[in-house]
Amino acid sequence: MNIINTTTMQIILSLISGIFIGGISAYLGTLMLSKKMTVVAGPLAHLAFPGVAIALVFGLSISTGVFPFVVLGTILIWYLEKKTKLPLENLSAIIFALGVGIGLLFLPIDKAEEALVGSIISITPGETFFVIILSIIIFLVTRYIYKKVILINIDEDLAKIEGVKVSKYNLIYLLSVAAVVSLGVYLVGALITVALIALPPASAKNISSSFRSYKMWAIIFGMISAMGGILIARWLEAPIGPVVVLTGVAIFLLTMIFKSRA
Amino acid sequence: MLLEVEKLNVSLGGNRIIKNLSFGVKKGEILTILGPNGAGKSVLVKTLLGLIPYEGKIKWEGKMKIGYLPQGLNQLKMQKSPLTVQEFFELKNLSVKLSEIKIFLELVGLETDVLSQKAGTLSGGQFQRMLLAWVLVSKPDIIFLDEPTTGVDIAGDKTIYSLLYEIKQKQNITIFLITHDLNIVYKHSDNVLCLSRRGHTCFGPPKEMLDKKALEQIFGMEIKYYEHH
Repeated sequence: MNIINTTTMQIILSLISGIFIGGISAYLGTLMLSKKMTVVAGPLAHLAFPGVAIALVFGLSISTGVFPFVVLGTILIWYLEKKTKLPLENLSAIIFALGVGIGLLFLPIDKAEEALVGSIISITPGETFFVIILSIIIFLVTRYIYKKVILINIDEDLAKIEGVKVSKYNLIYLLSVAAVVSLGVYLVGALITVALIALPPASAKNISSSFRSYKMWAIIFGMISAMGGILIARWLEAPIGPVVVLTGVAIFLLTMIFKSRA
Repeated sequence: MLLEVEKLNVSLGGNRIIKNLSFGVKKGEILTILGPNGAGKSVLVKTLLGLIPYEGKIKWEGKMKIGYLPQGLNQLKMQKSPLTVQEFFELKNLSVKLSEIKIFLELVGLETDVLSQKAGTLSGGQFQRMLLAWVLVSKPDIIFLDEPTTGVDIAGDKTIYSLLYEIKQKQNITIFLITHDLNIVYKHSDNVLCLSRRGHTCFGPPKEMLDKKALEQIFGMEIKYYEHH
């Protein structure tokens, strides 16, 4: 009886944090898709590798290891972009190589699975609370910078003339991305985090007639992917990360059908 | 003088793009910046806007509200975005009332029902008019328009410029217009500033400045014959 209760409790906790992570990743993803930045999420997620490695080696919780690495990497990308004016995609590729390189050097291969596919099912109540608070903070920050970042994406000089402090908003934006990526590593692991950020906005784009509906549908799809993925994975006794992503892909295919019929 | 520029020098990536340029603009004038691609027209505008470092003197009279339409702010970038026209206006830093937006859409000759359309689905001409309304709605004192008719057919072209002229007559704004189209220069500009790739520059009223010889110097072999309108 006790065991069943613990399992049920774990599922409830992972569902709660999953819904929050799925929603916030999708919301920020809508901003990233418009900046052609969803490609950056992948490399950032891989920056989590060294962090996961250190956490595992020292027996810390994964988030303790992941967050500083992703944030440091993000600030590095921001700084290099300012200095070199190279496209973010190029810089991210460099950071990607760095993350995987260092990660593979230190990450014990037998423990790599947790970093790759996530560990949401073993999430503690404290960590769930942390996920909820962080999601809410990222949501508020993202909402604050949203319009300005969209304007920067359309034309940076135009944004400057309109009085937007481009460098400041880019940094806040990238830090939000770093925070979301760290959360994503929790849920689906580093490999698949990018899907959590890219899939729901892509699906939402297929069916939306305005930016407002695009944002709303992305959040809904993100939450459904996480929730559905966790439940289906439990039912099939499969790893959660891949199933969450496959759920997202299924939603994307459905919206494609809707789009082609509309 | 609204703007005084003296001995302006701008270098980008080791290349001197603008060399020893001097000119002035009075309030309410239209200045056309003319020259072939690569002569540094956009660079000059960005320098005047304070977006690029320079040597020399750029002196603006007082503090003014500036509107700017950068080159290449075309639909391609927004074609795939679900952003509606109304949402595009809402991106402006100063919040503008919907009734104001409608007034300016009508001013540029657009129906107000474009507000709910996606900006990316407007026709080329509609899109440029919408951008013009977007710039004007903040009621700027000065506007900079960098090739505002890129990608618009000739019929659409003429109406945008005459529209601009009408608006200027009504509200006393100063207009900086970048173009490589000579036709509009003769019609509406108070002064022309010409830039060429070889560093040759000229400045003055269009009729005095632009004879055949001057045009050859600016455009080189690219343009052989011009008919004055």
